Amino acid sequence: MKLPAFEYACPATLGEAVALLASNDDAKVVAGGQSLMPMMAFRVSQPTMLVDLRKLSDLRGIRIGEDGVRLGALVRWRDIEDDARLAQAHPLLAAAIEHVAHYQVRNRGTVGGSVAHADPAAEMPGIAMACDAEITVAGKDGTRTIAAEEFFVGALTTVLEPDEIITEVKLPHWPAGRRWGFQEFARRRGDFAMSGIALFYDVGADGKAANAHVGVIGIGEGPHRLTAVETVINGRVVDAALIVEAGVAATKAVDPQDDIHASAAYRRSLTGTLVERALEHAAAL
Amino acid sequence: MSVTFEVNGQSVSVDVEPRLTLADCLRHKLRLTGTHVGCEHGVCGACTVLVDGEAVRSCLMLAVQAEGTKVTTVEGLSNDDALTPLQQAFRKHHGLQCGFCTPGFITTAHALLSEEPDCDADRVREVLSGNICRCTGYIGIVDAVLEARAAYRRADGGQS
Amino acid sequence: MKNTFIGAPVERREDLRFLRGRGQYVDDLLPDGLLYAVFVRSSVAHGRLVSVDATEALKLAGVHAVITAKDMPDGPPIIPMRLQPLPDFKPYEQPVIAHDKVRYVGEPIAIVLADSVAIGEDALDHIQVEIEELPPIADHETAMRDESVLFEATGTNKSLVFVAQKGDADAAFRNAPYVRRERMRTGRHYGLTMEPRGVMAEWDEAKGRLVVSGAAKVPFFNRRILAEQIKLPVESIEMIENDVGGGYGARGEFYPEDFLIPFASRHVKRPVKWTEDRRENLMAMNHARQADADIEIACERDGTILALRGHIHVDMGAYMRTNGAVGARNIPQFMAGPYRIPNVRIDSSLWMTNKTPVGTYRGPGRFETDFFRERLFDIVAADMGIDRLEFRRRNLVTKDEQPYPIATITPYESKDEYDSGDYHATLDRALREFGWEEKSKLQGKLIDGLYHGIGIGCFIEGGAAGPKEMARLEINADGTISVFMGTSSVGQGVETVFAQIAADALEVPIERVREVQHGSTTTVSDGYGAYHSRSVVMGGSAVLDAVRNFQAAIRAKAAERFGCDPSDVSLTVDSVVGPEGRSFPLGELAGLTAEGEFLNHKHTYSYGAHVAHVTVDAQIGQVRILDYVVVQDVGRAINPLTLKGQIIGSLVQGLGGAMLEHLQYDEQGQLLTGSLADYLLPTASDFPNLRAFVQDEHPSPINPLGAKGAGEGGIVAAGGVMANAVANALQSFGVQPRELPMTPTVIWQMVEAGRQGIAAE
Repeated sequence: MKLPAFEYACPATLGEAVALLASNDDAKVVAGGQSLMPMMAFRVSQPTMLVDLRKLSDLRGIRIGEDGVRLGALVRWRDIEDDARLAQAHPLLAAAIEHVAHYQVRNRGTVGGSVAHADPAAEMPGIAMACDAEITVAGKDGTRTIAAEEFFVGALTTVLEPDEIITEVKLPHWPAGRRWGFQEFARRRGDFAMSGIALFYDVGADGKAANAHVGVIGIGEGPHRLTAVETVINGRVVDAALIVEAGVAATKAVDPQDDIHASAAYRRSLTGTLVERALEHAAAL
Repeated sequence: MSVTFEVNGQSVSVDVEPRLTLADCLRHKLRLTGTHVGCEHGVCGACTVLVDGEAVRSCLMLAVQAEGTKVTTVEGLSNDDALTPLQQAFRKHHGLQCGFCTPGFITTAHALLSEEPDCDADRVREVLSGNICRCTGYIGIVDAVLEARAAYRRADGGQS
Repeated sequence: MKNTFIGAPVERREDLRFLRGRGQYVDDLLPDGLLYAVFVRSSVAHGRLVSVDATEALKLAGVHAVITAKDMPDGPPIIPMRLQPLPDFKPYEQPVIAHDKVRYVGEPIAIVLADSVAIGEDALDHIQVEIEELPPIADHETAMRDESVLFEATGTNKSLVFVAQKGDADAAFRNAPYVRRERMRTGRHYGLTMEPRGVMAEWDEAKGRLVVSGAAKVPFFNRRILAEQIKLPVESIEMIENDVGGGYGARGEFYPEDFLIPFASRHVKRPVKWTEDRRENLMAMNHARQADADIEIACERDGTILALRGHIHVDMGAYMRTNGAVGARNIPQFMAGPYRIPNVRIDSSLWMTNKTPVGTYRGPGRFETDFFRERLFDIVAADMGIDRLEFRRRNLVTKDEQPYPIATITPYESKDEYDSGDYHATLDRALREFGWEEKSKLQGKLIDGLYHGIGIGCFIEGGAAGPKEMARLEINADGTISVFMGTSSVGQGVETVFAQIAADALEVPIERVREVQHGSTTTVSDGYGAYHSRSVVMGGSAVLDAVRNFQAAIRAKAAERFGCDPSDVSLTVDSVVGPEGRSFPLGELAGLTAEGEFLNHKHTYSYGAHVAHVTVDAQIGQVRILDYVVVQDVGRAINPLTLKGQIIGSLVQGLGGAMLEHLQYDEQGQLLTGSLADYLLPTASDFPNLRAFVQDEHPSPINPLGAKGAGEGGIVAAGGVMANAVANALQSFGVQPRELPMTPTVIWQMVEAGRQGIAAE
C-alpha cells in the first residue's frame, strides 16, 4: 500500500502555502497526516502535490479569552489534552477530545485537519457544530470566517475551496455554570463512534433550561444539531421525565444508516440512550 | 529530495522520493529493520517510532517530514550488551511471542513511561490500545510496562 | 545433573533479539539485485477471465515484467491438498494463478515485477483486465441451489460431506424422553498475523538452485510441492524459515504465491521478493470459522445425554486449500467435546462460494463446535430445569473411562480417542479459582445499570499430529551443542523450549545448548512442521531420540579413539571420559551429528475449563469482562511461562472471534472489511482481567515426555463461554445468543426482541 507519487512543498509562511494551493487544483494540505495518509495508502486520494503546514508555527496556539477558545489549526489532540485551562474554559471540548483515536495519532492529528476532513463520526467537527464554532480560513482572495453550520455540507465534504487553508477554529465563550454532557459509544476505545452526543444547556434562575445545543456525530452525512431534542429541553427543568422524552425525541430525529459495524435501528436506539446519559451527566453537574 | 535528520543520535542525510514514508525510509534506506510495518494505514502501531520524543506512527509520516527532527527507533532504545529495564520487564513477563509488534510496544511504552512514570494500569491499557498484538493477549505486556515504571522513576530515566 | 529445565519458567532466548529489533523477518531481507513483486488480483468475485493487457504497464520505468498464466505453457500448476486429500476435492483445488475463471475477490491474476513496490503498485493502474462477470455465490444458501456453480466440471458447489458417527443416533432419538433442536452460526474470521505473509526467492541459474525464504509451518512439505510444480529436484530447493510473525494455522500453508514468486525469480533470473500488504492479507490469507449448525440433542429426564444429531454447513470459499477440510471435519467429530455422548450422527457439508478460500485457524472447527455445544447445553439445562453445572458434571467423561473413543469420521476414515485426563478436576479447579461460590449469586442481577452473567464451558484440545518428526544434534568447536528441529516456529518460543528439553536429556546446563534452529529444510533430513499443537510432543520427543543417538555416536567415536568399549565411555558437561581417566574436550568431535525421530499415530488431548464473569449494558449492547479464568491440564508443562502465554494469547483471539472480528461480504461477493478499521482486532483495553492456570496432573501415555499439545485450548471454548455469559446476564429478557460475533447490534436486537416478548406476555 505504497503512496502514489506527488510533489512536496514545505512553505515557510501561510501566504506561500495559499499560493501553492492556488497554483495547483490537485494539491492538498497535509498537517498531521493521520487522516490523509491512510486515504493515500489505499489510493482513494491521489493529490499531485502535498503542501506541508509544519512550519507555520503561528497556527499552533490555544488562545483563551473573553471571546472564547481559539484553537490554531495545527493544535494537536495532545495539546488540548495537555492544556489544563480547558477543563474549565471548555469542558465539553476537553471531554470530547479524550475519545479521539490513540496515543500516537494524538501526537500528530490536528484540529484543522479533522475539521477539513469532516468525517461524519469525528469528534472535532461534532464539537464545532454543537458549539457554534467559527472556522477561519485563508485563501487566495483573503481570509473569511465561516459558521460551522455552513461549513460542513456532507460526508468528507466542506465548503473549503481548493486554495483555502483553515487557520483557526473558534469556540464561543463558555460561561461558568453551563451544563454539558458528552457520550459516545464505539466498537473499541478510540474507534469512530457508532453514535455520539455532545450537548449543553444553560440554566436560568428559575431552574429551567435554555439555549440547549444537542449535536450528534456518527449518524448521517455529517455532524448536526438535533433541534427536536433541543425543543424538548428548552424552557423546562431537566428531570427524569424530560430525559426520557428527550431520548425518544432523539430516536425520531435521526436518520441512521446500516453499515458493517452497526445497524440503523441499533444506531437509532443508541442515539436515544446517549442523549439520556448525556443529560443525566449534565443535570448532575 | 534530500532530507537530513537525526536517527538514534546520529545525523543522516538521505535522498528520497516525497512519497517514501518514514517507516520505509528507516527500513530500506537506513537498514534499520527493527521498525516493522504491519498495516500501512495507521492502525496497528508496529511502526511506532519516537520523533522528538513523541510516539508516532511512522507509516503515516513522510520521510521528508522528519527534516530537522530527532528520530528514535527500537535500535536506539537498546544496548549491545544487556537488555534495558523495560526490555527485561518484557522478557520476565513474557510480553512477546513472535516479536513482530514488539518494537512498536517498546517505543510506545518508553514514551509513556518517560513522561508518566506513575501511570496506572488503566492508563497503560489506554495508551497501548493503539498497538495491536496478536500473540500475547496483552496481559504480559501490561504487567511488563507496570513493572518497568520503577526504572523510569529513577533519575536516569531507565537508561541503565 | 538431573532434569531441571523441563517445568521451569525459563526466560526466552528469542527475546534477546526481538526486544532489540534484531529479529529477521522475510521483509527485512534485502539482497542485491532484488526485484519486488506486486500482484494484480481479481476485483470481481466470479467471472470468466477474458484477457490481461499489460502493454502500457511494461512501458513504465522500473517495471521489468508482468507474468500471467500465459507464461506457464503447461498451464498453471494446481495446489494439492495436504490434509484429507480426498479425490472428491481434486476438482476444487486452486490453480496457482487464474487462467480461465476468477472465483474470489483477491484471486491472483498477474504478477508485476518492478524495482520497488511503489512502482509495481503504480503499474497496476496501467494493466487492463477483462472479466466477464458471472452470478456470484456469496453464501452457502445460494451455493446450495447449484444454479450458478463455481466449477462447471462437477456441476455442484458441494465439494464433500463428512459424517461423524457413533452408536445409533436415530434409534436414540426415537426413544428419547427429551429432545431439543437449535440453529446457530459462527461468523467468518481468520488467523490474521501481525506480520503479513512474504516470500523471497533467489534462483541461481548457474547452479540450478532455488533458495526460498519466508517459509513457515510446513517447509519440508511445501518444498515437495514446489519441486513438483516447478519441475526441480527436491535437493535443488532450500526453504528457509526466518523469524515468523505469527502463524495460528494461517501462515505457512502452500499458497499461490509460494509457487508464483519462485517461478518469477527463475523467469527473470533475479531474486524476487513479495511482501503481502494488509489489504491483500484480508483477502488472500486463509479465511476460517464460518459455519451454520442445525443440531439436536436427546436426553434422559435427568439430563444424561443420549445423542447428538445434526447438519452443519460450512462456507468454504472458492477453492479447497491445502488444509481447508480440517475445520469442516472437526466440527462434527469433536462436537461432543469432553462429554460422554454415546450416539452421534452429524454431517458437515462443504459449500464452495465466491469468497476467499478457507484454511485452518487455531482450533479449527473446535471453536465453532464448542460454541454450538456449550450453547446447546445451557439452553437445554435451563429448559429442563437442571442446573447447568450439574448438567455438565453428569455428562463429562470420567478419568476412569480414558482412553475414551470419539465419533468416527467418514470419508477419510479416522478413529480417534482421548488419551488421558480428569475433566471434572479442571472444571472444579476453574470454579474454585474463579470464586464461583460468591460470584454465582450475581447471575442475572442488575446492579448499577449493568446485568451480571457467568458463562462456563469445558473443552478438549487435540494435538500432536503425526506421523513423524525429526531432530538433529551437532557438536560445535567450542563443545557446545546445536539442536536442529524439523518443527517450525510460529512465535511460540521453540528455541527456548527445545533447549530446555535437550539440556535436560543431555544433563548439561542450558547454556551448553548454544542454539536451536528450526523449520528450514537445511536443518534435518525430513521435517513435518508446526500445526495441530504438535511441536512439543513430536519435536520434543524427537529431541529425546536424537539425544540417545547422539550420545551413542559420541561413545562410538570415543571408543575408537580410546580403544575401548563404548560402554566404558562417559560424558560430562564438556568432555568425553574413557578408561583410566583419559579424556578429551567434546569440541574435538566438532561436526559430529546425529538425528532422532519420533513416530506417532495417536493424538494427545489436553483439556480444561473456562469460567467468565461479564457485565452487559443492555441498552447499548456493551459487554465487559470482569474476570475470566482458564484452567488447562497439559500433561506435562515444559515451560509454564510460555504455556500461560499460549493460553492467554489464544483466549484473546477467541474473544476477538466471539465479539469483534468478522469478515463481511456483500451479495456481489465484495469483501466489505477492507482494512483494520473494518476488521476489528482485540486491543489492550478490550479484554483485561484474564487469568490462566496450567496444570499437569495427567501426562499423556503416548509420548516419552508425557506432554500434550497445548497452544489452542484458550481459543476453542471462548465463543460458547462468552455467549453463555451474555445469555446468563440477560436471562430476565429470555435471550439466547445463537450467532457470533456478538456485536452491540446483535445483543441489542436480542434484548429488544426479549423486551417485546415480555411486553406481549
